[in-house]
Amino acid sequence: MIYCFKFAWRYLTSSKLQTGLLVLGVAVGVFVFVFISALIGGLGSFLVDRTVGDISHVTVETPRLDPVLLMAPADGSIQAVYQREVGQREILRTADAFLPSLETLVGVKAVSPQIIGNGFVIRGQSRAPVAVTGVESQKVSAIADIASNLRSGEARLTNSTVIIGVRMADDLGIGVGQIINLQSDRGVERSLVVTGLFSLGVEALDARAAFVSLAAARSLFDLEQGINRIEIKLDDLEAADDYAQRIAAMTGLKATSWTEGNAQLIEGLSAQANSGDLIKAFALVTIVIGVASALLLSTYRRRPEIGIMRAMGASRAFVVGVFVIQGTLIGVIGGVAGAIIGYLVLSPFPLPENAPPGGFPIDARQGAYAVAVVLTTIGAIFASILPARAAARVDPVEVIGS
Amino acid sequence: MSTLLEVRDLVKTFGEGETATRVLRGLNLTLAQGDLAALLGPSGSGKSTLLTILGTLMRPTSGSHVMLSMDMTRASDAELTDFRNRHIGFVFQFHHLLPDFTALENVVFPTAVGVGRETRAAKERGRELLQRVGLSDRVHFRTTQLSGGQKQRVAVARALMNRPELVLADEPTGNLDRESAGRVMELLKEINKEERTTFLISTHDEKIAAACRRQVRVVDGTAVADEVSLS
Repeated sequence: MIYCFKFAWRYLTSSKLQTGLLVLGVAVGVFVFVFISALIGGLGSFLVDRTVGDISHVTVETPRLDPVLLMAPADGSIQAVYQREVGQREILRTADAFLPSLETLVGVKAVSPQIIGNGFVIRGQSRAPVAVTGVESQKVSAIADIASNLRSGEARLTNSTVIIGVRMADDLGIGVGQIINLQSDRGVERSLVVTGLFSLGVEALDARAAFVSLAAARSLFDLEQGINRIEIKLDDLEAADDYAQRIAAMTGLKATSWTEGNAQLIEGLSAQANSGDLIKAFALVTIVIGVASALLLSTYRRRPEIGIMRAMGASRAFVVGVFVIQGTLIGVIGGVAGAIIGYLVLSPFPLPENAPPGGFPIDARQGAYAVAVVLTTIGAIFASILPARAAARVDPVEVIGS
Repeated sequence: MSTLLEVRDLVKTFGEGETATRVLRGLNLTLAQGDLAALLGPSGSGKSTLLTILGTLMRPTSGSHVMLSMDMTRASDAELTDFRNRHIGFVFQFHHLLPDFTALENVVFPTAVGVGRETRAAKERGRELLQRVGLSDRVHFRTTQLSGGQKQRVAVARALMNRPELVLADEPTGNLDRESAGRVMELLKEINKEERTTFLISTHDEKIAAACRRQVRVVDGTAVADEVSLS
């Protein structure tokens, strides 16, 4: 093996220009692989971040249970029609028992117990429907990043304040410091001071959402104790399905992952990832063809030497080894060079979470550098097998005779 | 002298059917240890084919081929490769050295390829051989930096590297000027005398043949004359 390596290295270094071009070709292929990985990965992160970055990754609620039919059939059967009470809101009465364990769960970034309900914002003759979310005062930005997306005012909630979207404020013609009347679907009406206007870039939220404190929500929706749901944000939103299952098993409640409501986004991301994989596969095929053709040429050029080596007692395995090691070295050197070039080129790009609108959402962290080097090396090894076998079949008699 | 190699009724036919060409036609030959034999004959007489078969690079169509008590016609390809490496050395008309390697690396090749690396002992032997062929100052020269005569002397050193019992030389001086040819031939004789290495030298040169103790003439694929000089 050591001697095979010596021959392989000597052959590569004796034709520096040819080897250099070959390694460059492999490096370019690996760069394409890394670039596409970073671009597709970054684009995916960018889309997910922009689309679901401000929503709950896992939502915990009470499972809706239909009441048990208490009528017992005396004789024969009973036909009954049960219509669900849609106005009734499920209440989590035991939330305090498991909130601490959810907060300490590894991978959980934030836990936000909430009271939710519908109502109207009334200002003079204007009435606008509103989705009210009551959150803990210190967790206003736990799920939707209200603080970073404030257009005016501040993200501070008290018992008598409210934060609304800029669209709603525009529609109602109000601003920070002004008072609105909020009437809940329970008929409770309260006057609240607008302390902040946010713009999350999501129409449904900017035009219809209002955030109040848990205490204010309790009085608005006539809820003396308990909450309606718990929203959870994770460090890795791609692990949401697993976390939803774990939390459901842990609490006995219904835990829903964000992916359930965003099937089309997931499908789009999957199609995008598949397209990226296809491009990467083409890059790898190009590398394999390039290495194979270059080594085949080398085999042809070195036929006399191979014949002499065989005549001197070199086994076929030795000859195969020399060419396979050449392929391996080309794969490793070209792969590492391509990965380094890729990293250096991609690093200056801002990360997707910081990418400006209209910029390239390239994520240098998702360059798949190790995968690129490993796959390229494996590809180069495979590419060298055909030339190596051709070399091992060289007949020394033909070569010596010629 | 004990028998080193024996071929009996050796036949080699190339091609099949109407295009078949029989190059060796029942050739018989015995080489003893320490022989210094010239293989003579006109072009196309089968000399090179005989050397190729004796060097285990080609199998005969029929006949027996035994060397060091091993039946070469029954050996596998891997066994022949290993046998060739350990017991047979080659010197070709064209030196056939590895151009990307130094003189020393070329010389130690037969040993290194057998054990998988260039051992210190192999390098030492390689240096000794290069010194012996008068190239101690060219040990680390690439073969492309050597003259034709020097290359052929490196090829002789390479052929002797594994202390083979048999060295097959095909027109070893055919590509050299008279002075270089004389030096190479003197070297072969010297090694034959000192190490009792058997040489079978294919040549058209009567002077080279005369320098050998034995002359084997091949005509139309058979050995027609086998003369032994007493000198």
